[in-house]
Amino acid sequence: MKTAFSTLALLRPERPDEALALLRDGPLTPIAGGTDLYVALNAGLCPSRRFVDLSRLKAWRGIAATKDGGLRIGALTTFAQIRDDKRVARALPALCAAAREIGGVQIQNRATVGGNLANASPAADSAPVLLAADAELELASTAGVRRVPLGEFFVAYRHTALRADELIQAVLIPPQPGPSFFRKVGTRAANAISKVVFAGVRAARPRIALGSVGPVPLRAKRAEAALAAGADLESAVDALQQDIAPIDDLRSTAEYRRFVAAGLLRQFWQQTGGRRPAPSRRR
Amino acid sequence: MRFTLNGKPVELKVAPMRRLLDVLREDCGLTGTKEGCGEGECGACTVLLDGAPVNSCLVPVAQAEGTKVTTIEGLRGHTKLQQAFVTEGGAQCGICTPGFLLAASTLPRAASLEAVKQGLAGNLCRCTGYAGIYRSVAVARGGARAAPKPKPAARAKATPRAKTKPKARSAAARRSR
Ligand SMILES: Cc1cc2nc3c(=O)[nH]c(=O)nc-3n(C[C@H](O)[C@H](O)[C@H](O)COP(=O)(O)OP(=O)(O)OC[C@H]3O[C@@H](n4cnc5c(N)ncnc54)[C@H](O)[C@@H]3O)c2cc1C
Ligand code: FES
Ligand code: FES
Repeated sequence: MKTAFSTLALLRPERPDEALALLRDGPLTPIAGGTDLYVALNAGLCPSRRFVDLSRLKAWRGIAATKDGGLRIGALTTFAQIRDDKRVARALPALCAAAREIGGVQIQNRATVGGNLANASPAADSAPVLLAADAELELASTAGVRRVPLGEFFVAYRHTALRADELIQAVLIPPQPGPSFFRKVGTRAANAISKVVFAGVRAARPRIALGSVGPVPLRAKRAEAALAAGADLESAVDALQQDIAPIDDLRSTAEYRRFVAAGLLRQFWQQTGGRRPAPSRRR
Repeated sequence: MRFTLNGKPVELKVAPMRRLLDVLREDCGLTGTKEGCGEGECGACTVLLDGAPVNSCLVPVAQAEGTKVTTIEGLRGHTKLQQAFVTEGGAQCGICTPGFLLAASTLPRAASLEAVKQGLAGNLCRCTGYAGIYRSVAVARGGARAAPKPKPAARAKATPRAKTKPKARSAAARRSR
């Protein structure tokens, strides 16, 4: 049954420190763009009754260059902003590509990157790109800010390292050592949850991540190691099959997902192979 | 709370987590905004929030505070687009039409067919098969038809109006140039 919306409470802080203090005294459920939460509320599947609105926290919305030549994306930045941002297009074009395919424009105008990650769906489209980019998260609470590599953020199916008194403040993207790749396979680009989502960064040590092929978005460590060691592509494809653990569900089958994941690894390798990967700027 | 609705300031006392969709329909009496799915999939509830299309079934009304909300009742300056939906078969049952018009009104003028399709991908239509909608958008811009128009002969039997339709269509197309 649909939630009785009139009975729900919403606190609307203006500044991050106010939001964090409210959260410490919680329990409160954060709401950013609402595109995941309202689907749950409309279906009567969200038990929370008290919410804290993050949409006024201007300091956490926007994209900036960092000193090390990377990017810092505020958690409240929408996928429409990411999609249209020239710096993102230069630094990590795969993230623009993912943003373009997250729902239709109505969703892109509202959906935030923080919400996409906090929601911890195995099918979250930004997650594989940011995993392959070696991104880190800034998690804020009244106790301060801690940095967590995204690879340690997704703990188990729909569970993250985020504590109840913490919020995602920003995503940090280091400079990338080579070209990036994104491809989502679903029934339809807009509005379709991915059957398989694949992202990669080509480098001497290539970085590969996938979504919808396990309980959490994951790095394909064995396939990466095979390619870094100079193995041929088909050996890496075999290794990839051990990295992933897809299931049958209403969107697809495990068998099809394995087949598609293999195809996407080949496509990534062939499409990014033309240029020699740029040397890493760090080191 | 206050916001600007179709160009006029409004002040409402409403529970903050109510859906913008419900407040528009029930409290403001603007029933042009439709509920299709209630899950963000169909776009029938599309409104413009500070000029950007959003699904009003997913927006807590509190987040509209201080913004400019435009519903289909307030869509101005898109007569050609609205007219083209009429003459080009862009609307049949009409439930998706307000959402399509609002989303289409924000497309850049020079958008290619691919860009139009992308821009309207968050709107679903169960009647038209989309060809009529893409054609409406193209004709409103005075461009070539995005898809071939249906043959009047094939439809003449089913709908008597079909005979007069082609004429009306070309007249509209000429007007919009
Ligand atoms: C029709 C439709 C199509 C969609 N298509 C796609 C798609 O193609 N790909 C895809 O990946 N997703 C898709 N989504 C899912 C959704 O839009 C995204 O996950 C979106 O990024 C969520 O962000 P939000 O700001 O709307 O989150 P909200 O709904 O506001 O919040 C989601 C969750 O994150 C928490 N949260 C939000 N922000 C923070 C923060 N800063 N710190 C801590 N916790 C936080 C909330 O408490 C909540 O649990 C789709 C959704 C719909 C309705
Ligand atoms: S009713 Fe809002 S998207 Fe369908
Ligand atoms: S005209 Fe009926 S749903 Fe589009």
